Amino acid sequence: MQEREVRSGQFPGSQVRRGQLTVSIAALLGPCALALAQAAEQAAAAPADAPADKPLLNPTRIALLAWLAVFCVLIVLAILLARNGAPFKIRRLAALDAVDEAIGRATEMGRSVLFIPGIQDMNDVQTVAGVTVLGPVARTAAEYDAKLEVPTSRSLVMVAARETVRAAHFSAGRPDTYNEANIYYITDEQFAYVSAVVGKMVRDKPAACFYMGAFYAESLLFAENGNSIGAIQIAGTAEPSQLPFFVAACDYTLIGEEFFAASAYLSGERDQLGSIKGQDFVKLVVAGLIVLGVLLAVAGVARPDHADGLSKFFNTILGG
Amino acid sequence: MLQRTVPIAILSLSGIIMILAYFSPWTESWGNTVIDWFNIIAGVAFILGAGNLLRVNLEKISSQRPGWAYAAITIVSFMAVLVVGLFKIGAVPSDRFPDVHFAGDIDSADSTLGWIYFYVIGPLGATMFSLLAFYVASAAFRAFRAKNLESILLLGTAFIILLSATAAGVWLTKPIPADSPIAFLKFERLRAFITEVVQSSGMRAIGIGTAIGIAALSIRLILGIDRSYLSKGGGDA
Repeated sequence: MQEREVRSGQFPGSQVRRGQLTVSIAALLGPCALALAQAAEQAAAAPADAPADKPLLNPTRIALLAWLAVFCVLIVLAILLARNGAPFKIRRLAALDAVDEAIGRATEMGRSVLFIPGIQDMNDVQTVAGVTVLGPVARTAAEYDAKLEVPTSRSLVMVAARETVRAAHFSAGRPDTYNEANIYYITDEQFAYVSAVVGKMVRDKPAACFYMGAFYAESLLFAENGNSIGAIQIAGTAEPSQLPFFVAACDYTLIGEEFFAASAYLSGERDQLGSIKGQDFVKLVVAGLIVLGVLLAVAGVARPDHADGLSKFFNTILGG
Repeated sequence: MLQRTVPIAILSLSGIIMILAYFSPWTESWGNTVIDWFNIIAGVAFILGAGNLLRVNLEKISSQRPGWAYAAITIVSFMAVLVVGLFKIGAVPSDRFPDVHFAGDIDSADSTLGWIYFYVIGPLGATMFSLLAFYVASAAFRAFRAKNLESILLLGTAFIILLSATAAGVWLTKPIPADSPIAFLKFERLRAFITEVVQSSGMRAIGIGTAIGIAALSIRLILGIDRSYLSKGGGDA
């Protein structure tokens, strides 16, 4: 109800409350706008940075911007189609279908669920994706009344994870079971974090372990220890070098784009599922371009290392 | 409601600025400003993190929960390093201001903090890292069991790659002449084919999918479609 009111601009309560909201937003965004304006002034004041001396768009990135715009339009189009009830079929992801099973098993065994959102900060998109997956996982854990623990290696991730888990408990109708002490910061130091988490795994023996985020050398240390304690393990990362370790040691692994689609898949909302379909549309375009490029290269008509005629044209539109 | 609208507004604004900053030289400084904000917020959050670390471990000690001794070691180590770092205990005197204690250097191994880093934290981290060798072996042992066609292919590929990285691999296929029609069977050539063709194409496919996934996730977050990280009705509780 509240969401619908916000969308239509009808804020609950009186005009005074609406005014207060506007003032509050302005108070929060004001300093942001001021800082931006100051940054723009500084850029304008410095002769070397004067906008007049610089092009509006970086010429080497115009093609990339055009493709990004095309891809964004395709994804937004798919979202709108899904919102209007277009019948989209989304491929089932075994790793995400196993979330309920893993948390249910933990509940039955009376053990905890461990969620590790990687070792990077919130400015890494993989951590953002990990935290968005944490939401549905925490909601399921709250519904099952399972204990969810989230040790983090960055303070800001701890703050974001607490907010996410709290939101999940509220949406599950179990705000009383939320315990912020279960989401805690350990250390920024990579292997000190690993030793703390692995020690906890060995002592507490969680029944389900989720590894969702950016991982490096510690991926196999986590996964092998999780395997040795018999936990169901579900991993997701976009680090290509760590994927083989997770595939070898975990029960389920979300690879690359699956990881970024996970929160949308688990939410079950039409808008979010539409964005997954949009990803498929974009992949179709990219696959078509790859096939076209291969055919042209095999036919000797155009090659990336040539700079004449059709080759130059394709290099330009592909930003090469 | 405020708790949902304002974060989405800030997130959308920051996201749009970062995109603009990447493509337009006019707005590069705006992007840097957003990054500065992030660093400031992360710095403040670090205080929260340290406070949380102390609180969680002190609670564990006071309630004598299992593993409270680890908590005590954590607190003692944390406080010791914090005091040594903050008060520059054992810092190497500065060349320019030898009489000013706080001008001393704490980065080199000769300082107390440097000694802790180089001779305590470093070796402990290396110890954890070295465990990886054993875990790689145990994970490989499970992964390379020839259970089905895929695992047989994996086993065969791993065999070629491992053998070609040794002197034995080169020696075994040395009799095959380089200009022979079966020269592709030489281990070093098989390895090059696997890494440069098979592996590269697979990695690129994952890379393309990842890039598209990041774009879709960014759109969901910037447009406020994915709000799983925000409190709903009970946000004020």
